[in-house]
Amino acid sequence: MIASILAAAAQVIAGSTVRWLGCAPTAGQRVYIANHSSHFDFIVLWSYLPPPLRRLTRPVAARDYWERDAVRRYLATRVFNALLIDRVATPGTAAAGLGRQAVDQMVQSLDNRHSLILFPEGTRGAGEDLAPFRSGLYHLCRTRPEIEVIPVYLENLNRILPKGHLLPVPMLSRITFGAPLHLQPAEEKDAFLERARQAVRALKEAA
Amino acid sequence: MNLLHDLALQRLFGGLIALLVVATVVGRLIERRTRDESAMATVQNLNARINAWWVMSVVFALAVVVGPIGSVVLFALLSFLALREFITLVPTRPSDHGALLWSFFLITPLQYLLVAVHWYGLFTILIPVYVFLFLALRIAISGDTTHFLERVSAIQWALMICVYSLSYAPALLGLSIRGHGTPGPTLLLFLVIVVQGSDVLQYIFGKLFGRRKIAPLVSPSKTVEGFLGGIAAATVLGALIWWATPFTFWQAGLQALVVALTGFGGGLVMSAVKRDRGVKDFGTIIAGHGGILDRVDSLTFAAPIFFHITRFFFGG
Repeated sequence: MIASILAAAAQVIAGSTVRWLGCAPTAGQRVYIANHSSHFDFIVLWSYLPPPLRRLTRPVAARDYWERDAVRRYLATRVFNALLIDRVATPGTAAAGLGRQAVDQMVQSLDNRHSLILFPEGTRGAGEDLAPFRSGLYHLCRTRPEIEVIPVYLENLNRILPKGHLLPVPMLSRITFGAPLHLQPAEEKDAFLERARQAVRALKEAA
Repeated sequence: MNLLHDLALQRLFGGLIALLVVATVVGRLIERRTRDESAMATVQNLNARINAWWVMSVVFALAVVVGPIGSVVLFALLSFLALREFITLVPTRPSDHGALLWSFFLITPLQYLLVAVHWYGLFTILIPVYVFLFLALRIAISGDTTHFLERVSAIQWALMICVYSLSYAPALLGLSIRGHGTPGPTLLLFLVIVVQGSDVLQYIFGKLFGRRKIAPLVSPSKTVEGFLGGIAAATVLGALIWWATPFTFWQAGLQALVVALTGFGGGLVMSAVKRDRGVKDFGTIIAGHGGILDRVDSLTFAAPIFFHITRFFFGG
């Protein structure tokens, strides 16, 4: 109920044109990888998935941001069913172990038949170009090579909710879903991450 | 007054439904006979437009039948969506975020609230005076002076077109006419029928007889033949529905002429805006037509002029 209302509100604000260019909105298990320029990104991407897919798709988000207050914690855990991962080391876990722990969480979630929304840049950019992708995506694909990775390009969302603002301004945006990617058997980490990054970036110009 | 029992409204809506039925049948017949592929695209676009007209007519009729609040809410939503389309094309900067939040979530509802309570003295000056000055100040306070004048002007212009001008359409519901009390929905219907009818008629005359482009650099699809035929036919259309309005036959014709001419002006100006921003349509929300602004562009010019002319010559 709250999920449907929030999804409808996000659609009124973001008025997205949705283009499925390289794949169809079908129920297969997927990892959506998108460019990241706004806190609004995953809400909009999530709200434009058809409702049956939406219920099975978990955004991967930073625990330190989404557990900061009761409202955000409620939204993240109850509404978006987000997969919260640690970016900040807590006593007892070494910083180096955080990445592996995050990948383990994602693999576990995939094994529970969920799809994931992932922002491999790791943090929000200025909306102009994509930062290099973090290696978590590669390790995830190494562990579950059969998974379909869908590149997604989100346009104009940094204008709807820029960094440092709380409320979104209505503006038209565009979501483009591309053709699925797979990690090739002998593919090197950096080559794969760069190929995935270019696949996301190419959707900006795709007609 | 129960609007469902208003004879003039029944006739107007009855006529509209009859027209749409004829258009739908003709459209389907043409589609069945078309073989050539390039003509097929035009015919399919035509049928998409007719289908959208059904939806738009039903929504508009429901809003009118609900009563004044229905019309005010409908136009407030149209303003919101039009503003969303317009601001998308404006090169704003992150520091305009506060001014934009004000525009969407406070100024737009406030303008329509003033229209709803018929506060003529304030709804006519809220945006051109108070908001005009306030927005410039709000953006100055943000401290970002890059392209300051362009940003302030574009946001103010967006509000004037999408919110202020459009709000004059439902404001007609509060206009009292000498000897006729408050005719309410019939004035609004007259305006909308003539404006939209003029758009459709210009399109039809242009497609049938269009030879010479009237403004090739601004809007390549507008022709002299479409303009002359459409405006003349819309004037006749307006005169022919004089019985639903407080106007005589000739007054209605003259009003319709002004409405059609200003509407054409609105379409031309909004085409110039689209050219400047490098887009063909303002959006994709109405299949076959484009965005909300593509459909109400002529109304944004015709509504305030029609309101003030009517108030000046017929107001009581």
